[in-house]
Amino acid sequence: MRIGVFVCNCGTNIAGTVDTKRVASEALSFADVVYATNYMYTCSEPGQQEIQRAIGEHGLQGVVVAACSPRMHEPTFRRAVEKAGLNRYMFEMANIREHVSWIGNDREANTQKAIDLVRMAVAKLRFNNPLFSSKMPVNKRLLVIGGGVAGIQAALDCADGGMDVVMVERKQYIGGKMAKLDKTFPTIDCSSCILGPKMVDVSQKENITLYAASEIESISGYIGNFTVQIRKKATYVNWEACTGCGLCTEKCPSKKAADYFNEGLGAARAINIPFPQAIPKKAAIDAQFCRQLNGKKCGVCAKVCPVQAVDFEMKDSIVTEQVGAIIVATGYDLFDHSAYGEYGAGRYPDVISGIQYERILSASGPYGGHIRRPSDGKEPKDIVFISCVGSRDASVGRPYCSGICCMYIAKQAILTRDHLPESNSYVFYMDIRSPGKNYDEFVRRAQEEYGVQYIRGRVGKIYPRGDRMVVQGADTLLGVQVEVEADLVVLATGVESSAGAGELAEKLRISYDQYGFYMESHPKLRPVETNTAGVYLAGACQGPKDIPSSVAQGSAAASKVQSLFAHDTIETNPQVALVNERTCISCGKCIQVCPFGAIQWKELRGGIKKAEVLPTVCQGCGVCNATCPPKAIQLQHATDNQILAEVNELCA
Amino acid sequence: MTDSSPRSSAPADQTAANTQGIKIVGFLCNWCSYGGADTAGVCRFKQPTDLRIVRIPCTGRMDPLFVAKSLIYGMDGVLVSGCHPRDCHYAVGNFYARRRMEALKLFLPFMGIDTRRFRYTWVSASEGQQWQKVVTEFSEEIHRLGPNPGVGPRSGENSKISNGLR
Repeated sequence: MRIGVFVCNCGTNIAGTVDTKRVASEALSFADVVYATNYMYTCSEPGQQEIQRAIGEHGLQGVVVAACSPRMHEPTFRRAVEKAGLNRYMFEMANIREHVSWIGNDREANTQKAIDLVRMAVAKLRFNNPLFSSKMPVNKRLLVIGGGVAGIQAALDCADGGMDVVMVERKQYIGGKMAKLDKTFPTIDCSSCILGPKMVDVSQKENITLYAASEIESISGYIGNFTVQIRKKATYVNWEACTGCGLCTEKCPSKKAADYFNEGLGAARAINIPFPQAIPKKAAIDAQFCRQLNGKKCGVCAKVCPVQAVDFEMKDSIVTEQVGAIIVATGYDLFDHSAYGEYGAGRYPDVISGIQYERILSASGPYGGHIRRPSDGKEPKDIVFISCVGSRDASVGRPYCSGICCMYIAKQAILTRDHLPESNSYVFYMDIRSPGKNYDEFVRRAQEEYGVQYIRGRVGKIYPRGDRMVVQGADTLLGVQVEVEADLVVLATGVESSAGAGELAEKLRISYDQYGFYMESHPKLRPVETNTAGVYLAGACQGPKDIPSSVAQGSAAASKVQSLFAHDTIETNPQVALVNERTCISCGKCIQVCPFGAIQWKELRGGIKKAEVLPTVCQGCGVCNATCPPKAIQLQHATDNQILAEVNELCA
Repeated sequence: MTDSSPRSSAPADQTAANTQGIKIVGFLCNWCSYGGADTAGVCRFKQPTDLRIVRIPCTGRMDPLFVAKSLIYGMDGVLVSGCHPRDCHYAVGNFYARRRMEALKLFLPFMGIDTRRFRYTWVSASEGQQWQKVVTEFSEEIHRLGPNPGVGPRSGENSKISNGLR
């Protein structure tokens, strides 16, 4: 093999602490190396042309580039050598920047290490073989998991593009957290007025199939060909028949069911439609509170239902859908402030969370949009808002900033003044984080136009005095202790990952961070992709986000899906396992260990069984390779010979 | 490939001169630990230069014989690093790796190899600082142990790792 070695200076990033010239001249002494040089910026256009020129001029059959991490520029250089007529897998990279020049200052030791790494890369390359992708068809249907605003945006974008979309939502309605909001910052748009039409679109588009009150049971397959099992939870109401008339709710005798939509501020009936604009507008029974389902005599709803939709015998059912791509938009949950003992740990009815206050403000909320406090229904006069409850606080395991709380407090304080012009609002804050468009102006308006008093400092304690709450805190700007008597305290509870995010991630085989937020493929350059091909992220499941960012990410994920679906076929990754049938001893161990079910039996003539890899299913992990007793199954591009060749060079 | 003589089986001597040529090989999974080592580089976390990293797709790809062969043929230390348990890019590869590495540890003494020369660890792609810590600690440990006396092949046998594992 004729091998060319290109050592990159990366400006001074590498050349600063590595003698790249010496690395190149040493490389010339390695077996099969016929050409070696160093170059200022190998990844630049002229740098790539230099490689292509050398391939032609010196008849190179393999190329080694010693530069940055292959996680950075391997695809770039593979394309470059391919353009010059080489197979893209006849290329290796030696990482002499992240692993050498950036982590040590000793020029001699660095140079020696760089020479070793190049020698290893050359040794591996000598065992490389050209590999070729095959093509497989793409099923142009999309699955959207989560029906919040991000998921809705993604689903509508793709449906507008003519694709079939399947949407799965855990709750019985779509709209997510945004459906619960009264107004949105910084424009004070009515939340349900801007979200409502989109929700209606989802239900009316013929190419969107909506599964509400459903969860993902299992996912198998791979990009272009996923098989998804969806568990439709028993709602005890036949939604095909239900017209959403609401008669059942009216007559239901179980009047103290939990009102999840109103965050526990009101009481719901056991059979209900969560809110008037709900999509789908169908009733469901909360089994926990239904008299009939708990063995008591009732069945009133079944009697009054004009279309006989109520079915107490209903069971969960499983439906199977075939899709080609998945957008995960499972959103977030809000921090449970009972972790804060100093704020009453949830014992005081007049210390409420931000989302509860949002329901109080909402015209469709438990108090019809009149601000009253939960304990006695009185109009509050003094209202205290406390920011960073479950944000930027390592003591409760939430060291990150939730990003939205500063803004929603300012919005709620402004709305409070609009509703109750005589009231006083106080905000205890650590810092004001308002980096969005028109956000800081909005906070300023709260302070200047609406007279909201901002006090910089933490609250140490909240306790009752008479029928009011005393908020004790510090004003760190004035350096004094402050005490505010309030009728109502609103805690700006922060964002946390959605319950069950981890289990879903395992079904999707995507990774999540220590807080349960899904990890994007690259924090800057691949913000909506995951490390599992064909699975994309949108909205707050990836990290705390406000509505504009969630919508933007929903559209971004949709555009990724559309560019995938623009092709009828996709190229497979040829770095997969391959069985040598002559040495396979038919033990079947590889079949047992493969995490993807990518290996199966193949019957040869005479009834002999041998293992066979399905290249489209194989993900290239190599567990089978390490398991195989006679090493008959080899992971292409990371064979035993290739890995040992690298080690060999070090042992020499 | 050409043959060359094995490293001399010098007794473990801990003088500075003898620890100069210490060589450690690291087998890092592409998704987590290799990324973690990249992150450490991007953050300019300084580390000892003895480590040479081999990129593998997953720690599940690690054949215990890679470790054994490296140590038998004279590497002074072997480090294996992958994704944290439950965080494997391939779902379960690191579980297989963990079992195999634990079993390997039991066998190393029978081959005359100090188990302290082999270590496996979990470092995610974001844990640059953790990677710096792992490399620094392991390098220090190997420097304390000095060069690997090796149990290389007897004279006349092929002195290099034969290609392939059989």
